[in-house]
Amino acid sequence: MNMINWRLIYTHTVLIIGVIFMSLPVWVAFATSTHDAETILRNGLQFWPGTHFFETYREVLFVEGGVMKSVLGTTMLKNSLILGIGFAVGKVIISMLAAYAIVYFRFRLAAPLFWIIFMTLLLPLEVRIIPSYEVMAGLNLLDTHTGLIVPLIASATGTFFFRQFFMSVPDELLEAARLDGATPWRFFVDILIPLSKTMIAAILIIMFVVGWNQYLWPLIMTTKEENYTLVIGIKQIYQVLAEGGELPQYQKAFALTILATLPPVLVVLVFQNWFVKGLVESEK
Amino acid sequence: MAGVELTGVRKVYPNGAEAVRGVDMKIEHGEFIVFVGPSGCGKSTLLRMVAGLEGITDGEITIDDRVINDVSPADRDVAMVFQNYALYPHMTVRGNMSYGLKNRGIGAAEINTKVEEAAKMLRIADFLDRRPQQLSCGQRQRVAMGRAIVREPKVFLFDEPLSNLDAKLRVQMRIEIKRLQRRMDVTSIYVTHDQTEAMTLADRLAVINDGRIEQMGAPLELYNNPSTLFVASFIGSPQINLVPARFDGKKLISGDLSLSGFKDLPQDVDLVLGMRPDDMSQDAKGPLSMRVDLVEQHGADNLIYGALMGADADEGDETEICIKVDQQVLPAIDSTLQLGIDISRALVFRKDTGQRVL
Repeated sequence: MNMINWRLIYTHTVLIIGVIFMSLPVWVAFATSTHDAETILRNGLQFWPGTHFFETYREVLFVEGGVMKSVLGTTMLKNSLILGIGFAVGKVIISMLAAYAIVYFRFRLAAPLFWIIFMTLLLPLEVRIIPSYEVMAGLNLLDTHTGLIVPLIASATGTFFFRQFFMSVPDELLEAARLDGATPWRFFVDILIPLSKTMIAAILIIMFVVGWNQYLWPLIMTTKEENYTLVIGIKQIYQVLAEGGELPQYQKAFALTILATLPPVLVVLVFQNWFVKGLVESEK
Repeated sequence: MAGVELTGVRKVYPNGAEAVRGVDMKIEHGEFIVFVGPSGCGKSTLLRMVAGLEGITDGEITIDDRVINDVSPADRDVAMVFQNYALYPHMTVRGNMSYGLKNRGIGAAEINTKVEEAAKMLRIADFLDRRPQQLSCGQRQRVAMGRAIVREPKVFLFDEPLSNLDAKLRVQMRIEIKRLQRRMDVTSIYVTHDQTEAMTLADRLAVINDGRIEQMGAPLELYNNPSTLFVASFIGSPQINLVPARFDGKKLISGDLSLSGFKDLPQDVDLVLGMRPDDMSQDAKGPLSMRVDLVEQHGADNLIYGALMGADADEGDETEICIKVDQQVLPAIDSTLQLGIDISRALVFRKDTGQRVL
């Protein structure tokens, strides 16, 4: 009994320290964002919430010139959402189709093709950023949502996950469906997609967060303010702070940071169950 | 109506393995045919070739006189029940049963009638809105059959459908399958490695070995008149007793034993004498004797296992045999039992080719 208690205390202490370590900076950022610029400048980071919460967040989100010269916080939020969702949905669609082809269709060079896809893991965006930019520029897609999303959606990771999942689906299901007169497309839509539900959810969540946090590509792709994503906005606002002659608006920078972390957190919280299910079990 | 016809059907896999080595078979309309054989003998492959799930390397398969070699599985008008049911886990029972009809563009109202009817017949009407996970094995099996029935196919294909069920349920489902097939009068092909299932279900059964049909015929015919050693040893439970022997012109000799009553057997070749456990009995004046090792009491009768004394043996030192006796016969372990055999029912095979010579 005694021993178990000690163990409980020990593990919980470790966990609590971990939680504090991870969340304290977020808390400080939030608390600081609710003070006015003067307080922050005079007294540094704030540990307790202040009284300027509504004022700051309203200015950041809805007032022109509140955060950037012309673009509103909501516009950046919208851009980020489009990027995050488009990125995730695009990746799921592309990688599911690719995995479906690789697993269920016998075509020449299927195996080498799969390994070539898999090897693109070694070529992240950072490596191919100049050619990618060149292609997008050639297609006149710079500064558009399409240009922002399309070069990113090919996904070796997603293809690999779906391939493994499809390979674990019993062959009899395919055979039963064939005897039931299902075309390849119907089999995909009626059987495979419903079976992969949890898997799709898990990959959507992971990819949404990854897409949301994209930095380098949007930074290079977007030149007009109205196409900025939140992550780019944060970077820009700090730059303005450093260069501008006015009183630095640190609270707004913090507010923007908090806003940028919210959607991924919400997505994970809401879909947590599905997420865990998708990673650990497969409904078969 | 011609049912199903296989002509010179062969299956060679790309790696050169030959799973089916030339099968000819004519199945009449409404017949219940069972393919039986040891695992890996090609019986499932043959069934899957009829279903269209495996390509046909050579030969021809027809259903109702239509060559179906290059017809897609869906258009062959066959329905299949799989060993592990292969139900769609995310669909309800109703969804599972109606999926095939839906893909064929049949109207919702008609589908509903058919599904309800089949469900009633299989006594799963109460489960129509459940998912496969919520059903017991037996119920899942019924759903799998329901899915086949609603299609009203020309041919039912069963791929070891009962092997995942427990013994009691297996017997029950076996009877139900047979009844259902009679009632619906649909040509059926059933694959199993269980010879009891094969014997009880089949109108005719095909014993398959190494990609060939060893023998095809009514269950009793195969039991009484096996044409090869393989069929004799595969059909019948408990297994037929096999004793290595030679013929000297008058008698069948095995070690110290000699049995008279045989004639016209080939000489100077190794033979195998086969005696069914039921054809041997306790007989104080009988020509054979066995040392009792084990007695199994099955209720109505006992099975006595032991060594046939004096006989040559193929493997080990002694020839193991088994006889079926009345429940009163209860010899002590290690005692010696005199045995008589019914020579008219004894079977003799050539050892080298396995062909029956008597």
